[in-house]
Amino acid sequence: MHLAYPAVLSALLFCTGLYGVLARRNAILILMSVELMLNAVNLNLVAFDVWLSKTAEETLHSGQALTLFTIAIAAAEIGIGLAIVLAVHRNRGTADIDRLRDTAEGHESQEGSAADGSDTDAPATGAAAEKAEATA
Amino acid sequence: MTTTTLAVLVPLLPFLGAAAGLLLGRAAPGFVRPLAVLPAVAALALAVVVAVRQGGGPSVDAATELTPTGSVPIELALHIDGFAALVAVVVGLVAACVQIYSTGYLREDPRYPSYAALVSLFTSAMFLVVYSGDLIVLLVGWEVMGICSYFLVGHYWETPEARAASIKAFLVTKLGDVPFLIGLFALAADAGSFEITKILGTVAHGGLDHPTLVALLLLAGVAGKSAQFPLHTWLPDAMAGPTPVSALIHAATMVAAGVYFIARLLPVFEASAAAMTVLAVMAAVTMVGSGLAALAQDDIKRVLAYSTMGQLGYMTGALAVGDRGAAVFHLLSHGAFKALLFLAAGVIIHAAGTNSLAAMSRMSNLRDRVPDAYWTMTVALLALAAIPPFSGFFSKESVLGAAERVTVGHTEHAPGAAGWTVLVAGVLTAFLTAAYAARLWLLAFRGRGEEAPDHGRQPLTMNVVLWILAVPSLAFGGFAYRTLPDWFDGNDLAPTLTTSVLGTGAALVGGLVTYAAWRRLTGVAARVPLGAVAAHPEGDAAQVEAEAIATHAPAYGDVASAPDPADPGRLLLGPLHRHAAAGFHLDAVYRELFVRPVLAAASLVRFLDREVVDTYVGGAGALPRWLGAAVRRAQTGNVQTYVSALLAGTVVLAVAALLVASGA
Amino acid sequence: MSLAEAPQGFLSPTGVEIAFLLVGLVTFGAALVTVTTRQLVHAALWLVVALGGLAVEYLLLTAEFIAWVQVLIYVGSVVVLLLFGLMLTKAPIGRSPDADSGNRWAALTVAVASAAALIWVVVDAFRATWIDLDGPAAGSTEVTGTSLFQNWVLPFEALSVLLLAALVGAIVLSRKAKTDSSSPPVNSRVATKSSPGITESHGNSLSSSSGRNGRTGRHEGNARNEQDGRGGRGGRDDRDGPAEQEGAR
Repeated sequence: MHLAYPAVLSALLFCTGLYGVLARRNAILILMSVELMLNAVNLNLVAFDVWLSKTAEETLHSGQALTLFTIAIAAAEIGIGLAIVLAVHRNRGTADIDRLRDTAEGHESQEGSAADGSDTDAPATGAAAEKAEATA
Repeated sequence: MTTTTLAVLVPLLPFLGAAAGLLLGRAAPGFVRPLAVLPAVAALALAVVVAVRQGGGPSVDAATELTPTGSVPIELALHIDGFAALVAVVVGLVAACVQIYSTGYLREDPRYPSYAALVSLFTSAMFLVVYSGDLIVLLVGWEVMGICSYFLVGHYWETPEARAASIKAFLVTKLGDVPFLIGLFALAADAGSFEITKILGTVAHGGLDHPTLVALLLLAGVAGKSAQFPLHTWLPDAMAGPTPVSALIHAATMVAAGVYFIARLLPVFEASAAAMTVLAVMAAVTMVGSGLAALAQDDIKRVLAYSTMGQLGYMTGALAVGDRGAAVFHLLSHGAFKALLFLAAGVIIHAAGTNSLAAMSRMSNLRDRVPDAYWTMTVALLALAAIPPFSGFFSKESVLGAAERVTVGHTEHAPGAAGWTVLVAGVLTAFLTAAYAARLWLLAFRGRGEEAPDHGRQPLTMNVVLWILAVPSLAFGGFAYRTLPDWFDGNDLAPTLTTSVLGTGAALVGGLVTYAAWRRLTGVAARVPLGAVAAHPEGDAAQVEAEAIATHAPAYGDVASAPDPADPGRLLLGPLHRHAAAGFHLDAVYRELFVRPVLAAASLVRFLDREVVDTYVGGAGALPRWLGAAVRRAQTGNVQTYVSALLAGTVVLAVAALLVASGA
Repeated sequence: MSLAEAPQGFLSPTGVEIAFLLVGLVTFGAALVTVTTRQLVHAALWLVVALGGLAVEYLLLTAEFIAWVQVLIYVGSVVVLLLFGLMLTKAPIGRSPDADSGNRWAALTVAVASAAALIWVVVDAFRATWIDLDGPAAGSTEVTGTSLFQNWVLPFEALSVLLLAALVGAIVLSRKAKTDSSSPPVNSRVATKSSPGITESHGNSLSSSSGRNGRTGRHEGNARNEQDGRGGRGGRDDRDGPAEQEGAR
């Protein structure tokens, strides 16, 4: 088999995941996209490992071992990532990445209202406005 | 100790006194007065010793070069001839008297320590000027004197008059000092040395390349320092300072420094006939103008200030006719009697509670309140008016005699026109001097009206000093005119018959005319009430004087004159009185000539700075601000945007690296 | 290199290559749908397809052990976890109009650019490289286990420590959420402030009885949310199962 096939597929999957990371709004969807990217890397590792083990008589199988490690780390990452997303969602009422703009320029001026919003579990902006109505 | 050591100690003692006074002024107030008086007295004693040892013989010269300066050497040089020795004695005498007087005059002044220290420093600087044999060292003393003068004029800085006078003195004298400095450099460049003896040696051999230029430049500084026309306007305003300061600085010493300077370098001036003529014209204008102005002043101290200018005019006149012996002779006698006049005026102001002659003329019995001041001032006024046998007569006659000798062509240096100018102006000024002296005396001591306020006896220190100074005012001239030529150049200082008759006659006429005018107006004085008396008669003299100065303008509408129809000066001057009271509007002329252009230039510079230069500065700030605002917009807080930019940059870099690596 | 001994062309693919290509297309298509669909749950399900497709690709590459691990961990636990996460964050069921952020076009540009760059590089570098898939499988369980426990023991053990740390971290993060709903502790500022807020909003909406289903539904979701917080942690415990299984292997 041509090594180009898995390599190109890996590249395509990686860039798809990249697009998802950059374009998705929901944090969990972003985690999914990260998984895609990790898997693209895994595919690369496996393909090159197979190639090298046959061609260069390489018996370490480093590619497959690293794939296993990556899978384990991905599992850990998804657990921690989800825990963080949940904590953010509890505190902010949203898991939308582009609403978490505490580092934005001029954010301090809106700190007061944003803090109020998070206090009552109703953020000040956007879709959470209806929630604020409900609490009133 | 050698004469040189003693002479070094003379300026050094008051300097140390000033330093110690400034340091201990707050910590040990009890030492302030001894520290002020003792160095001055000691310096006087040493100056007398130096004068006795020098004794009119060959000059004492000593020089030490502290450090090489490259081109023209600057040396700490002493040059004590008869002039220096005698002038130093007068300086020491007046300084000691003023220090003693000040202990009484500024008895309760909280700033007395700094005042006394400045007076000591001033005295030290004046001694330096007198003894210095090097022009740069002389200049140092000259400028230190100026600085002390500005501070002391501004001693009553609570009053706007004193502040304005201080600044005006600074600006006007600096206007002369800058050309003076350039002149010194030009002189040193021509002569190759700053040392006076070497310069005089060069001049004697005709080695001076630009005598007129140098002489005129130096003359500017002298005119500023000695309050000669046209840089005299600061002196009347400087009367806003305390009276002892006026006596020391603005009568006896500092203003005489200019005359003394010319006397030292007279050969330099004599090398240029143009400079001598300018000097003569300057002296004549100053003499006559100040005499007229003095006749119109209401403030007793301003009368004396204009009188000082006139007497300094006599001295410069004597220099203009090439007789420095006469000039310094008049300087010595004038130093004594003018200091006495000022100090007595201080006593009178304290006693009367006002500095206005118009107000004094409406008080009776003022002379009984201050008998010491009355008698000593009478002596000093007679000396001022050059009535024989008071000392002023001999010194002034020596000046007129010198001028007369020039008119008949007895000297080779001074042009005859200068002699005639000085002689005519001198006789005219003798008339005017006697007139304003008589006016001052009549208005101050022959007033009619209410009783003068009784403030008790004046402090003993103040009265004693008056009598000390009255002695030379009375007798110095008569005893000295025979011996002084030995100390000086040897020119005869004895009065000649013609000039004596002319001068004394003019003076007598002036006095009598004034008396007649005063008699005619005595009735008017009773009808027109005038007067403003200080609010704190129990305060010390300095406080009374400060209040008198501050209240003069509000009470009479002007700081110089009062609308008093009973003033004999008003009758004598007629339509000229208005202009004379304002100093012939020279201040207004200067305002138009200098102040307004400077202000206009300042506003132009301000415009350029605000509108042109600031545009660049603002632009330099605005551009980064705009850039910052633009960059700030990128700080959205959206992590995805950041990562997008990061990855885009990574891709670009990776592609670039690949292209480079593959050699594309 | 295999270039000389195996001059295979792209125009005459072998059967394995055709299968790889087809499965690869499916995988790539599923991945594309995953990152573009507007239905969040569908995205997770399409992710299953993509990850499963990758497992098949591993099999085609003779890496069977990796393939089964892929199925077990990714399809079995990670996607389940993600679905739980979607539920816990109250992800809307159905089409949500704002699944993509405003960054989409920039993301597309970057992704396409990097894809072009990567494919260019990869094809340029490996267009003639051939993998010989004949002979013994390169990734059978035996081979993998041998290399893993002969050559990779130390990193393997280190990895178990990492997993332990992740476990502890997840618990710590979840404990905050737990104290949030149970008692008002002092150590958490957010908890003390938010807990009365939740109950208050609850009571208010009941008393005001606005009666709009969407609102009350949302509040029930709130309440359920707290329960699911514990449930989610349970799920995470489950997730640790396979990891430990893996470690046991």
